[in-house]
Amino acid sequence: MRLRLKRIFDGLFLIALAFAPFYLSAYHLSLLGRFLALAILSLGLVLVWGWGGILSLGQGVFWGLGGYVLAMHLKLVSLSPGDLPDFMMWSGLDHLPKWWAVFNNPALTLTCVVLLPMAAAAVLGWLMFHRRVGGVYFALITQALALAFSTLLISQQPYTGGFNGLTDFSTILGYSVNGPNFERGLYWVTLAFLVASFLLCQWLRQANFGKVLVAIRDGESRVRFLGYNAMAYKTVAFAVGGALAGISGALYTLHVGVISPAMVGVVPSIEMVVAVAVGGRESLTGVIIGTLLVNWGKDWVSSAIPELWLFVMGALFVLVVTAMRGGLAGLVEIPFRMVDSRRHKKATSANSVVAAVEQTEAYKA
Amino acid sequence: MWHFPIIAGQVFNGFSVASILLLTTLGLALSFGQMNVINMAHGEMLMSGGYLAYLACKFVHGPAAFPCAFLVAFAGASVLGALLEVSVIRWLYGRPLDTLLATWGISLIMQQGARSLFGAIGVEVVAPHWLDNSIVISHGWLAGLSLPYVRIFIILLAAVVLVGLVLFIARTRWGQWLRAVHQDREMAGALGINTKRVDLIVFALGSGVAGLAGAALALISPVTPTVGQSYIVYAFLVVIVGGLGSLLGTTIAALLVGLFSASAQMFTSVSFSDVLLLVMVIVLIQFRPRGLVAKRSRALQEA
Repeated sequence: MRLRLKRIFDGLFLIALAFAPFYLSAYHLSLLGRFLALAILSLGLVLVWGWGGILSLGQGVFWGLGGYVLAMHLKLVSLSPGDLPDFMMWSGLDHLPKWWAVFNNPALTLTCVVLLPMAAAAVLGWLMFHRRVGGVYFALITQALALAFSTLLISQQPYTGGFNGLTDFSTILGYSVNGPNFERGLYWVTLAFLVASFLLCQWLRQANFGKVLVAIRDGESRVRFLGYNAMAYKTVAFAVGGALAGISGALYTLHVGVISPAMVGVVPSIEMVVAVAVGGRESLTGVIIGTLLVNWGKDWVSSAIPELWLFVMGALFVLVVTAMRGGLAGLVEIPFRMVDSRRHKKATSANSVVAAVEQTEAYKA
Repeated sequence: MWHFPIIAGQVFNGFSVASILLLTTLGLALSFGQMNVINMAHGEMLMSGGYLAYLACKFVHGPAAFPCAFLVAFAGASVLGALLEVSVIRWLYGRPLDTLLATWGISLIMQQGARSLFGAIGVEVVAPHWLDNSIVISHGWLAGLSLPYVRIFIILLAAVVLVGLVLFIARTRWGQWLRAVHQDREMAGALGINTKRVDLIVFALGSGVAGLAGAALALISPVTPTVGQSYIVYAFLVVIVGGLGSLLGTTIAALLVGLFSASAQMFTSVSFSDVLLLVMVIVLIQFRPRGLVAKRSRALQEA
């Protein structure tokens, strides 16, 4: 019953999204498109944080890797042969660095959009998890990584475009990146990636992998003593999260037409986590809605009353963490749980003792 | 080739940076070690210390202004810390990742509050005249090295605060309670120690020390609404390197991080030294995953 309701809701939501280009204005469609791109990253965070219990405050790094890789390609294809990107000339470079030139190849670029963030996440994850560094330590290290990444991008002006980042794109795979048709097509491509990522995460969750991952979150030592290699599971989850972040960053860069260090640093990385917390860190549908709402709210508040945004954002953090841990998805659960508990009361007293024990266990966790 | 005065000057700068970092981190290490709370708003305690010192200097004149500024910074930041503990953190014990997110929210609110009150442009505290000078060495192989009094004062301040904290923890009744709660919270509670009050004191004390750091920082660079955020990431790196709740480890780590960045900046740019610092921390964690001075325990570490 509950599952069927959820399926129906997901289906209706998908239909509403799929037909959005027909009833939304061009401006709102472009907003929705970029927020859906961000939602792909949020799905990765559900896998990493919601199910794996690994809080990453550095998702912006993997997001930025994907975005920059694609932006480098777009920058190269918009040049006439033999030319240099404008910012390189301003910084006095006289030839294109080798590691830039390889991104002329579209197939290689698209592979790297996924594989580069994935590999970076896998290496970092392995380095941390094999020494059993987790929890708070991991969160703080990833945050430091986000800081180092953005300062590095700013300082390497000749290679990264510095503070302004990379912008001014013209075509991708032969299509012009301007105009309503491209906008609409890109929207559907983004939605397709979102659906694929959703299905991938859902499949991972119900497979053995997901069960072990959740078990590791709830009691890593126990799982280890049962003979599972907890480190490998966590590393894989983090790597998949990184890959999704990379795809998200690349699509977002296409939607917005620019990528800059300010979009990948400490603050954006933590904003991504808030969106997930608001939606409900364990629910795939929840975080998509959470990401849309938080970003829409940000767009709305920060254009109407810019000073207010940080207050709203701060209050949202505190509220979600203290008062509604399950996020929006948790709120939806409440009526179902009331029905459940009424059923429990009808059961024998022995059962209700079990239920009470389960409830305190759940509270502790 | 090798200019000893320049190197010595850089090392000296490293020490003064490390001193401010140490003052910032002491409170973090205490609250992290004892309550398993990650206080992301700790940087804003430093910021409010700076602003309070600025305000104190504005309203009090004459020779009393300078000590008064530090007192106000300490007291004000302590009160803010206590408020934060009672209003938010108390409800989140045992959920370190959630305290991290909630206190980040608080820090955003405090930053925007400071921006609305004082504006985005930094304010400065002017050091009194007797700190204006500097020791200049004109003879020997260190000729040309100049050590500003202000920075020496900051190093001394950090040393005094550190010694004071160590004595407080080792010699006083409150310190004894603090150690007891740190060692075994439930047992300490069973023996009649009011653990909640001990937590409150630790938190207020840590915030107050961060306030002192802010006042000290205001002497050498302007205080802006985001000054706390620029320090907090480094402060947490220090906590990670130092180990949970160990004053000794925190001190060593603060010196290590301060001197490392100062010396790395001699060879590369500031931004690249950030990257090197992170690499160093990650390498260090490979060898000592629980920090330089780890708390020994036979308990399984789940967190």
